[in-house]
Amino acid sequence: MGTDFIQTLLLTLKLATLTTVILFFVGLPVAYLLAFYNFKLKSVVETIVSLPLVLPPTVLGFYLIVFFSPDSFVGKFLEDTAGIRLVFTFGGILLGSIIYSLPFMVHPLQSGFSLVNRSIIEASYTLGKGKLQTLWKVILPNMKQSILTGIVLTFAHTIGEFGVVLMIGGSIPGETKVASIAIYEEVESLNYNKANLYALILFVITFSILIFVYTLNKKFIKAENL
Amino acid sequence: MRVKLKKRLKGYRGDFILDVDLTAEEGNFITIFGRSGAGKTTLIRMIAGLLNPDDGFIEVNGKVWYDSNRGINLPPQKRNVGVVFQEYALFPNMTVEENILYGMERKDEELLEKLLMLTELTELKNRKPQSLSGGQKQRVALARAVARKPDILLLDEPLSALDIDMRRKLQEELLQIHHAFSLTTFLISHDFSEIFRLSDRVFVIDNGKVIKEGKPDQIFVQERLSGKVKFSGEILQIKKEDVVYIVSVLVGNNIIKVVADPEEIQDLSVGDRVIVASKAFNPFILKS
Repeated sequence: MGTDFIQTLLLTLKLATLTTVILFFVGLPVAYLLAFYNFKLKSVVETIVSLPLVLPPTVLGFYLIVFFSPDSFVGKFLEDTAGIRLVFTFGGILLGSIIYSLPFMVHPLQSGFSLVNRSIIEASYTLGKGKLQTLWKVILPNMKQSILTGIVLTFAHTIGEFGVVLMIGGSIPGETKVASIAIYEEVESLNYNKANLYALILFVITFSILIFVYTLNKKFIKAENL
Repeated sequence: MRVKLKKRLKGYRGDFILDVDLTAEEGNFITIFGRSGAGKTTLIRMIAGLLNPDDGFIEVNGKVWYDSNRGINLPPQKRNVGVVFQEYALFPNMTVEENILYGMERKDEELLEKLLMLTELTELKNRKPQSLSGGQKQRVALARAVARKPDILLLDEPLSALDIDMRRKLQEELLQIHHAFSLTTFLISHDFSEIFRLSDRVFVIDNGKVIKEGKPDQIFVQERLSGKVKFSGEILQIKKEDVVYIVSVLVGNNIIKVVADPEEIQDLSVGDRVIVASKAFNPFILKS
């Protein structure tokens, strides 16, 4: 087990953590908007959010490459003005992960929002509290289960991601080579022991996360029924 | 204060227009009476700012909350109201004490203690709403609504889900709080004893219009003292027995059986609202 092994695992966890944190703050307003407001382009927004569920990851990865390659307008603009390159970099796989895991964060939050009793929201308004304060003090604390589900699904889904990361990131050690890609490469070079180790670690991590969530959710439900 | 509002509503008996004009003195206890679907809850929601009227005017303590002509429409946060919802609407994530404190602009320990005491919640202040009984929940909702020191207190049938003893007790507390904080209170109710015990003024709403207003005894007692016994109720069953019919009428929680001949029965059917009246005997009152 060399440093590159640890490096790959750490990179995987870093990608999943950053994706989850960013997506939480991106997903929250999107889900809030979809749950509480009706507007003209609502179905379009809903479609875009859900698209990564059905779109092959390679298609998404392909478009990201086309869009952000240094030869393209957007890619050139980003590189010239901000010095950001998104193809074959960590920033690129982070962006890809955020788009690809979007529904896994937005859907649980959206359903959480719509399950919160409308009358406690109205009660908060009549007690003189604004929308933001109502969101933090009343709405979010009463949808912990949905928040947890969104966070965990996003984290686990990002760990398991393959196609998008491979397309836009390539497989650059320490930069874009995550565990799921490493497994594929080790198998291709008949390095079964190493692949096995990666696989086992990923398995244990995801298994532990899920069992933690299910136990915690049971506790939430118990607390609600007291 | 003055509330003059219009809104088109969808009722189960077709569309109708809620069109009311209420004037009330500050400090009064006002009851809105009417059958379900008459637009009472809608009225309360519009006063609180949770629902937009089509047209009208709301002025409370000299402050205009809503005026369709001048385009004024304060959001619920800016209207100093206390609302007690039918389904309590307590915050499940907060304790009793936290629920009440949430209603205050600044933490006021003295007011908190006073409210907890008036509503007999001092012992329960660290409990979460899930572990409280219906009556206790309703008290928390009441204390929370009053904690804001509202200009008006709006109560949407707060006691209808409670049993009779608890209801009686909470009526007392409600009245105490109404006086202790010199509130102007609006109560939706269709419990006669509650209305008599609590209100200074009653507005009877039917089909979206105020059909009567006045003191409770003026409104409800007059027609009952015209020398006959009269109840209104709903027909539950019409049964043929030999040559006559037996009509079962639900009055309050009691079923009264009335004999009717075939001619009388012709335009009656199950579900009709009817009046059962009698002139032939003197009813007497017994303490039960």
